[in-house]
Amino acid sequence: MHVGNYLGLLHGSETQLIRALAQVAEQHGDEPDVYQICQLMISWSQKHLERLAPLVSRYQETRSPEPDALETARFHGPRSGSLALMRDLHDLWMLTNEVHLCWVVLEQAARALRDETLKQVCLECDAETQRQTAFLLTRIKQAAPQTLVVGEP
Amino acid sequence: MIRETRNSINDIWGERTPYMAGAVWPARVDERTTEDPERWVRGTCVLCSNGCALDIGVKAGKIVGVRGLATDVTNHGRLGPKGLHGWEANNSPDRLTRPLIRRDGRLQEATWDEAMELIVQKSKEIIARQTSLGIGFYTSGQLFLEEYYTLGVLGKAGLGTPHMDGNTRLCTATAAAALKVSFGSDGQPGSVRDLDLTDTVLHVGHNVASQQTVLWSRILDRLAAPNPPKLIVIDPRRTFTAEHATVHLTPRVGTNVAVMNGLLHLIIQAGRTDPAFLEAHTVGYENLKKVVEKYTPEYVESLSGVPADDLRAAGEILANTRTLVSTVLQGVYQSMQATAAAVQVNNLHLIRGLIGQPGSGILQMNGQPSAQNTRESGADGDLPGFRNWDNPEHIRELAELWNVPVDQIPHWSPPTHAMQIWRYCEQGSIRMLWIHATNPAVSMPELHRVRGILQKEELFVVVQDAFLTETARLADVVLPAAIWGEKTGTLTNISRTVHISCKAVEPPGEARSDLDIFLDYARRMDFRDQDGQPLIKWNDAEGAFEAWKACSRGRPCDYTGLSYQKLLAGSGVSWPVNAEHPDGTERLYADGVFPTHADYTESYGHDLDTGAGVSAEQYRAADPGGRAIIKAAEHQEPHEVPDDDYPLWLTTGRQVYHFHTRTKTGWSRALNDAAPDAFVQLSPEDAEHHGLQNGDWVLVESRRGVVIERAMIGNIEPGLVFIPFHYGSWDDPSRPRAANELTLTEWDPVSKQPHFKYAAVRISRYDAGEVAAQAGGAVGRALAVVERLTGGRGTPELTTSPPPQPKTTSRVDG
Repeated sequence: MHVGNYLGLLHGSETQLIRALAQVAEQHGDEPDVYQICQLMISWSQKHLERLAPLVSRYQETRSPEPDALETARFHGPRSGSLALMRDLHDLWMLTNEVHLCWVVLEQAARALRDETLKQVCLECDAETQRQTAFLLTRIKQAAPQTLVVGEP
Repeated sequence: MIRETRNSINDIWGERTPYMAGAVWPARVDERTTEDPERWVRGTCVLCSNGCALDIGVKAGKIVGVRGLATDVTNHGRLGPKGLHGWEANNSPDRLTRPLIRRDGRLQEATWDEAMELIVQKSKEIIARQTSLGIGFYTSGQLFLEEYYTLGVLGKAGLGTPHMDGNTRLCTATAAAALKVSFGSDGQPGSVRDLDLTDTVLHVGHNVASQQTVLWSRILDRLAAPNPPKLIVIDPRRTFTAEHATVHLTPRVGTNVAVMNGLLHLIIQAGRTDPAFLEAHTVGYENLKKVVEKYTPEYVESLSGVPADDLRAAGEILANTRTLVSTVLQGVYQSMQATAAAVQVNNLHLIRGLIGQPGSGILQMNGQPSAQNTRESGADGDLPGFRNWDNPEHIRELAELWNVPVDQIPHWSPPTHAMQIWRYCEQGSIRMLWIHATNPAVSMPELHRVRGILQKEELFVVVQDAFLTETARLADVVLPAAIWGEKTGTLTNISRTVHISCKAVEPPGEARSDLDIFLDYARRMDFRDQDGQPLIKWNDAEGAFEAWKACSRGRPCDYTGLSYQKLLAGSGVSWPVNAEHPDGTERLYADGVFPTHADYTESYGHDLDTGAGVSAEQYRAADPGGRAIIKAAEHQEPHEVPDDDYPLWLTTGRQVYHFHTRTKTGWSRALNDAAPDAFVQLSPEDAEHHGLQNGDWVLVESRRGVVIERAMIGNIEPGLVFIPFHYGSWDDPSRPRAANELTLTEWDPVSKQPHFKYAAVRISRYDAGEVAAQAGGAVGRALAVVERLTGGRGTPELTTSPPPQPKTTSRVDG
């Protein structure tokens, strides 16, 4: 049974996402929207962690090293400038998708286990994770032309 | 000979002409002329969004006064103080009369050829180096439809830049956004005539008595007759409007969603929804019901400070009224969760089925006279004719109309919003910013940043205005513009009513209309269509109007049935005006069919909390197909809240005697004398706590800047202070006093409208000696601001004599 392992992976991914959002919020606070929306998305992810806590104890979380590997592979910490904003939003998008996939995997398991609580948590939290992804995609699509075509050196 | 039907400075709304529900609002012709006119020329007032029809009196080539048009649907002859006095600005000796070019660090007179060639040369250099993505436009809500449409075409099809927005982003962007969210397209559902019939009026964050004085006269006349409508006012200040409220709710700033959810909760609890209407004409009600379930009056009180019983009193009226007119303005649009809150007002009408019927309507208000035109003609972050940037078929229609390749028109994302345009300027990827008829150096949030951007060496700034505003002073090229009364064009008011305003006199000196300037630029840039013909095929206002009519065909804002002749023969006509509705359309959605069909809608929608776009596929999968969309929202706390360091809320707003940054109203002696200076309004409790008396100098600090204002005590809740946003430095550089020194750079995620209605501040008695002694500290920034404004050095030594007394018998904080 590897539900605990995946809960660990999810826990680590959400934690990593929160840390990354906080860094991006601080680094790109001069944008009119980045700081405030990152704060909002952090509040959602924190709520997800709270909802995970009882499930983790039920399934005896086994910590996976995966999310930390993810961090070194993808999120290189804050940078400045418009290209940096693009790369940071890009990385955040990857992180939210990592979280999303964890919810999907766990939801499938919950169905097989007939674990209604786990299923509901997965469905409700994943809906918010997907809203995070949708925001990042909208913001990335808006910023891409200016950044790549005329971005400052 | 001076002729004045009333002293509108003291008697703002004039004599009552009471009328009962269903009767015609009696006409009353207001007039003010300083000499006997030789002739009268048809015009429309441009000093608020009401769009009052008038005649402009002319003598010896000069404007000498105005007179309201008795037969007009909007004003029935009335004019407010700004309309009666504001025209004096046209005759000011300080009008700009020649182009100016910055040479050796100084603005110097130049010819039109020199100025325009310089703009064209810069444009071409930038395009060669970095494409037209290096060019941005920041326009206005003050021009005419014909000017916006011409600008929209030259920007989108000529240059191909997405960077065009108006100061309407600061003013009515949320009106447009909220209408798109709920009904699928921009367009006010209601009519001002609904005020003649309605049982109840709800004003949400809208001090109509000060902002649209003639619209308020209409309401006052209903209130003065038997069986008056009930009035619910939601505003944290005791405004002129609130003085007449049946129920006045005073929420803490930033809590509009909580209050609206509470009202929706009460209506649902009372079982007063319209299930048949909800079933046939809406989607999304079940989710709304679920979301507002927890917003009990007690919970709302804990969030907003509105006493539960007050909320119940308002809910009782709203649950039972047979008809309802709601109006919404900046208290919602410039505050936390702007679009989400404005949408809840739409939802209130939808759940009660009070829309599209006589006496029931929604006016998601505009602030400016032609803001509606900026939005419909595509000179702001929207496409012409309320087309959807994300719908390839809509882009193809425009490409066909303009005879340009589809991909010439930028449509990879929505047109760039104002704050983002300024951010690109700050970062250096936009190298030329062309500003028309607006004064961002006073009106944008967080002014130290705005000044810094305008002063950047590598940003080429063009300003087109009638006066040397604070913004024009920082420009590289200043173009003298003709204004109202000096050019012909049309404009559309808050109830979709189109008026014409004609040229009465010649502009001063070499000043030119904005339309002529845009046409000249397009010719010099040699914009061509696919057949090698000039892209812009018109040379005058009427030609532009005819071109716009073709663009509007089949869209919600259909103008095809209108002509200059028709507008001159009668008075205002409300769109759509077409073969089906030759005399216009009084109210929209009478049949309960909304423009939400996937092929027709202006927008596929957004996540109200984040602004994330809904994709075409997602929208089509649940196509509302003509039903209105009910979207719910949870309350969110404002992003900056008072704390130990900055313990008070600041809110900003307008006064009755001024408009914007007083570019025009400051040049009318009577208007200026009536409200001669800024002030900080605070409660008696907060005044006592800080040992302040009326008229004392107060230092107001936020995390972003400082201002020094006179104290004005009363008519405001404890914990909140208010500063009017009209006052910059052009007529008083002695101290920092623009409210926007203090405000935040952030926006509503959907409408992208900045948040001017809340910031955390602290106040203290201003003492020049003390400030000088702490020049390095936080208050040292006060010194720096004044030094930048005056070019001098030193601490503002402000007069200890009493403040200038407003020459009006009305209070100036109403």
